[in-house]
Amino acid sequence: MSLPARVATLLVAFAAVTAGIVFVVIHYLLAGLPVEDFTSVASAGPGGVRQVSVTMQTDAQTTVTNTPDWVSYFVKNPQTGTWDHTTLLKVPAAALVKVTILGYDGCTPLRNQVWGRVTGTVGNVEYVNGKPVSVLNSWQECSVQHTFAIPALGLNVPIAAVKSPNLCSTSPCTSGPHTVVTFSFRTPATPGVFVWQCRIPCAGGFLDGNGGPMSTLGYMAGELQVAS
Amino acid sequence: MAAPSGASGPAAATPGQPQARHGVRIFLIWLVASAICDPLIWFVAGPHMPPGAMSSSAVSQRFDITVLAVMSAPVVLGVFIYFGYALVVWRQRDGDQEDGPPIHGNARVCATWVAVSFALVLGVFAFGMVQLVVPAGAGAGEGPAPIWKPGGGAPLQVQVIAQQWIFTYRYPQYGGMETPQLVLPQGQNVQFNVTSLDVVHSFWAYQLGVKSDANPGVNNIAYTRPERLGRFHVECAELCGMLHGAMTGNGYVVTAARFQSWAASSQARLAPVTKTLPPYAATYDPTVIPQLGKALTSLGINGAGGGFYGPQVPAQP
Repeated sequence: MSLPARVATLLVAFAAVTAGIVFVVIHYLLAGLPVEDFTSVASAGPGGVRQVSVTMQTDAQTTVTNTPDWVSYFVKNPQTGTWDHTTLLKVPAAALVKVTILGYDGCTPLRNQVWGRVTGTVGNVEYVNGKPVSVLNSWQECSVQHTFAIPALGLNVPIAAVKSPNLCSTSPCTSGPHTVVTFSFRTPATPGVFVWQCRIPCAGGFLDGNGGPMSTLGYMAGELQVAS
Repeated sequence: MAAPSGASGPAAATPGQPQARHGVRIFLIWLVASAICDPLIWFVAGPHMPPGAMSSSAVSQRFDITVLAVMSAPVVLGVFIYFGYALVVWRQRDGDQEDGPPIHGNARVCATWVAVSFALVLGVFAFGMVQLVVPAGAGAGEGPAPIWKPGGGAPLQVQVIAQQWIFTYRYPQYGGMETPQLVLPQGQNVQFNVTSLDVVHSFWAYQLGVKSDANPGVNNIAYTRPERLGRFHVECAELCGMLHGAMTGNGYVVTAARFQSWAASSQARLAPVTKTLPPYAATYDPTVIPQLGKALTSLGINGAGGGFYGPQVPAQP
């Protein structure tokens, strides 16, 4: 092989390796989930306490990703009103967070029924389709689909299940049978990052229901970023 | 270990001069250093050794660590003193081009080395066995049928239930209530029954000196007796998934009276959810929890072999 050919081959190989590294960095390392920033839309509530309204939905699928059969949360963008596939939330400190979760998924029993109890919310209660609830018994009537839990804040909210076989099949769901779960909780005065998760091993197709969406940010686990 | 007296070096090689007694010098330096270091370790560092003195098992572990430090310090000193002595006394001097004398074979040194090493290892083995048996397992998980149990009456039973990614605690002597709070009474033996609902975890109550693997379907029993009031740290010590790092929390040792008060109020507060829990059992198997099975059966879902949802189960039941 002539010298120019060898040099050209070397340059092509170098370019290919460099392109591969750039691809990995951009697509896997830097491509993080978007953070839904609710701090800019906080309003003053009673007593001057800041408050924000967060709306999320739970879906039986994630057809907007390359893992369409994974269950997932979606968050309504506070600026645009569109549904974003993320589980990263940014809220103000020492604020009242009013949460609405539209539950489009069917039931999956809790593995530990102790998480059927509502804790950490204002009044230790949630409202399911407008009715106050403090305990959901998922083993008696399989009434729970997912949970929204922030362990460090003592928050645990079981999400009531849809009792209809005709679930929404395209995410994010805009129609179809669903439950409406509302509750409020207060963020701590000190900023920090608090992980949240679903406590139901709801990863269909994975051993013991763990793995997949249960072990990937953006699906059944996320972060609550409390900012000053 | 001391070198053979007059073994080598320019000073020792000079004919007509008395050979320096290197072995004696090294031994004396080592003896003085050890006599200084060991009391310092025992009296100064010892009271601050981890994991503290919050429980009987923590005290036991701190004693173990202190004793091992006292035993190992002379060994470490011997190595470093010999190393330093060799650097200073047997270094190559200016103009010295002579190679050292070939030395091999010294039965006395070899025998001493083997005997001392054997005695140290045997002593540590015997000490370790005693310290495992006497404090009833020293705070470690002993499996479902512990052979070393503490005396002094029936212990408080606390079931530690690990799950991704939190610990909950069930108190069978208090109506079977289950709570994320770990509260223990001062001065009473505690029996931790450690198990898991899903994958392998490890219950580590650091300041209590308790560490026990949490395996699904296994009751891993560990004992301790809280001695001091206060807060202790709890975390999972087995990589168990994405949020393993967040699987932390705190527990509290309170007075016996305050514990009774807390237990009574918690039992009443948790009653609505306690009645939905299964009867207390030593272990949990997610595939055979009876109530869970009923719920799944009503939906036409059967637990997969070895799993809650197998690959043959529809993605979303």
